[in-house]
Amino acid sequence: MTSSGPPLVGLRGVDKRFGSTLALHGVDLSLTAGQCLGLVGRNGAGKSTVVSILSGLISPDSGSVSFEGAPAPRVGDVSRWREWIATVFQHSMVVPDLSVAENVFLGSTDRFVSWREMRARTRDIMREWGFDIPAEARCRDLAVEQLQIVEIARALTRGARCVLLDEPTAALERDAVRRLFARVRQMVDGGVAVLYISHHLEEVFEICQDVAVLRDGELVLTAPAASLSKDDLVAAMVGGVQVSAAAHGHQPASGGPAARRAEAADQAGASPAGNGDAAILRVEDLSASSPRGRLSGVSLQVMPGEIVGVTGLLSAGVATIGRVVAGAEGQSGGKVLLHGKVVEPGRRAAAQRAGIGYIPEDRRSEGFVAHLGVAENATMTIADRLSDSLGLMRPRRRAAAAAPITTALSLVSSGPGQPVQELSGGNQQKVTVARTLAHDPRLIVAITPTRGVDVASKALLLDALAGVADRTGAGVLLCSDELSDLVICDRVIVLVRGEAFTEFTEPPFDRDELILATEGLSSTAEAGAEEAAQ
Amino acid sequence: MIPNPTPDAPPGAAGPPGPGAAAVAVAPGGGAAVLARLRGVNVSLLREVALLPVLVILLIVGTIVSPVFLTVSNIAGIGQQISALGVVVVGESLILMIGGMDLSLESTYGLAPMVAAWLILPVAAYGSGTQLNPFLGLLILFAVGAAIGFVNGLLIVKGRLNGFIVTLGMTIVLAGLQNGIVKAQSLFNLPRAFGYLGSAYFGQVPVSFVVAGLIFVLVGLFLRYHKTGRAIYAVGGNPAAARAAGIKVERIKIGVYVAGSMLAALGGLMEAGRVSAVTGQQGYGEGIIFSVFAAAVIGGVSLKGGRGNMIGAASGVILLGFVQDILDLANVSNYWIEAIDGGVILFALFLARIVGGESTAEEK
Repeated sequence: MTSSGPPLVGLRGVDKRFGSTLALHGVDLSLTAGQCLGLVGRNGAGKSTVVSILSGLISPDSGSVSFEGAPAPRVGDVSRWREWIATVFQHSMVVPDLSVAENVFLGSTDRFVSWREMRARTRDIMREWGFDIPAEARCRDLAVEQLQIVEIARALTRGARCVLLDEPTAALERDAVRRLFARVRQMVDGGVAVLYISHHLEEVFEICQDVAVLRDGELVLTAPAASLSKDDLVAAMVGGVQVSAAAHGHQPASGGPAARRAEAADQAGASPAGNGDAAILRVEDLSASSPRGRLSGVSLQVMPGEIVGVTGLLSAGVATIGRVVAGAEGQSGGKVLLHGKVVEPGRRAAAQRAGIGYIPEDRRSEGFVAHLGVAENATMTIADRLSDSLGLMRPRRRAAAAAPITTALSLVSSGPGQPVQELSGGNQQKVTVARTLAHDPRLIVAITPTRGVDVASKALLLDALAGVADRTGAGVLLCSDELSDLVICDRVIVLVRGEAFTEFTEPPFDRDELILATEGLSSTAEAGAEEAAQ
Repeated sequence: MIPNPTPDAPPGAAGPPGPGAAAVAVAPGGGAAVLARLRGVNVSLLREVALLPVLVILLIVGTIVSPVFLTVSNIAGIGQQISALGVVVVGESLILMIGGMDLSLESTYGLAPMVAAWLILPVAAYGSGTQLNPFLGLLILFAVGAAIGFVNGLLIVKGRLNGFIVTLGMTIVLAGLQNGIVKAQSLFNLPRAFGYLGSAYFGQVPVSFVVAGLIFVLVGLFLRYHKTGRAIYAVGGNPAAARAAGIKVERIKIGVYVAGSMLAALGGLMEAGRVSAVTGQQGYGEGIIFSVFAAAVIGGVSLKGGRGNMIGAASGVILLGFVQDILDLANVSNYWIEAIDGGVILFALFLARIVGGESTAEEK
């Protein structure tokens, strides 16, 4: 920090309390023009609260926010606040029934709206950034990932002096991340202050000059990135808590995939790759048209105790295959067979009864009922089992059934009755996973199960999935575009444009090879998309 | 995500934590967590009886307005008057909880007893002349309710039509049928089996009041302890999450529409018994649906689904009954009574929003 004047953005002694939870305590944070500061911390450490305060959505209980030494505008004075800070939020702040162009210019149009100009400028931004979203598209029809791009485009049009990026890359493809980083560097060089919030520590090292670490609502470390190692950062984030091995990119503690596969093969009495009758899941020639990416003729199988990864670019159908297998979405062709029996397509309840567990892509929309309690959500899949012949069930029994699962996942809550909406993102995801594990599925379909989850919870969730495959012989279909999720897989199938492009069968998987495979045809895919856009 | 500043524990999740609670991992700093848990219980308990002070105030006001108010016969009269409304409020609350709405309950409340009475009575009393056995007539009454609910449910859930406009249209159709089949006559001379529920007394206590109270208690317990009851909260709170958890969302929604309409038919039967007639005005003509919605919302049932309980709904019904009775006793001019009634209900909504806290608030 070379500037001698007051910082562009300053937080001083900020406290914030929500009910009985002290979300922030005595936080001092400053950002100078031309600085890119990384803000990291585990889920629930207070990052989102800092974002909300800096975005002018909530005011601190005590302490101050200042811009160039002057007090910040009052909370709610959105337009004045935006002259200083533009925020790209982690959760979609897009109006679903408006078009992309309207959302990009939401609240910043002139008194009389020129639709032609608004669309043209949106197209310019999209082209400049290599985003492939038509300005006229209705946001409701877009995938989660594309909505985030709309939000990034919105912040880029504002020209604010400080840009706050809250998990901006969570939904971006690698090429887009590269473009984003180039643009962030360009902004920083031009004197814009950037606050960069991310769970991906390597991103923080790549782009941030300085790093600030939040833990339990307190700022525990602020230092130049160059002076820190990744282990230093993780240590500061988790404090005294032991981090499982997977957080460091090694194999999870509970038995390597190879060992588990051998064991599973012993149980099944057959080679995992060979005999199709022993397979838990067989997918035959599956086709589907979905806004999340289409599938054309994908076949695969999952053996008992086997973890099969499906990865690829976002539009390649990675989430679609998970949703179709789980019965959350219908198919246009092909079959899904569990233990050789056809699973009724597009019926989630039937698929669950057949033994397919489902960890959905977007936990907020499908993962839990926000105002119901932890135990109730965690046991939602086994209401039949917990109720007596009249269908009655006691809350106490529910809590008792939920306890072992939530404890195994180290789920932190104030009790079984605490509404899930009060939990941090990582703990909410644990509720979703608990709900899936509760009904002892024969096959678990997990779609991006660690998205938006901190390093320690990430390791824990992956360990839990590997552990279930290990202990119960359940199969796991892990659909994720996060390569770090794939460490627990025995095999990885790479989808490209809805088709199985290649398969990796020998863990550990080479990261570079995986990236090459997922993008193997992507250069032509993008060229095609660009042509279509023009 | 910003934690909700006012924890709003749903009924089933509230209550004193059982032994299982101890097994759930507690946050570092367990003391604060325990405190939060205790607060959560208190807050939810407070919420459920939030209208109690208002009811007490109304009791005092009523006593001041008229010495008759706090007599056994007057209270019994209120009980009989609100029973029919209360049963319909239970039905509407269930439908609101799954995130739906049904305006046509008021027409079902009129049509179902009309069809049943029409089939029972002779031609001379404007009946159809089939002179059905009265007990068979009661079965028909519930069948009419179930059929209407089923059609509404199919159109809304399977046909994916908007519930507001479907049930508004259904309201008009049913009210038309109610007048059409009897050529706008009123049906009197109802058989005893038909009028019993709405007019009989156990000592000083109206039978309808006992039945309505029982329905509130049973539905309340059902919502709290039955797996389908819990599924209703899940479906209303987040249908996508409920579906992903293997709950048969559509079946539950349609079932609730059917149950709601059958309750409306039962309410209509009570009302017919109370006034010893089925008139063309019953239900739609009187415009009871506003009172039904008002009682539910005053009682803390969310129009957005997923929230509400029977204690609240019952408080809302009792509150409306008190207000109505006090206005009657105060000899408010008949020309003005509706305006004042409506005004008081709006005021009560506002009051319920204040005492009910965040859970009764609309989203910003």
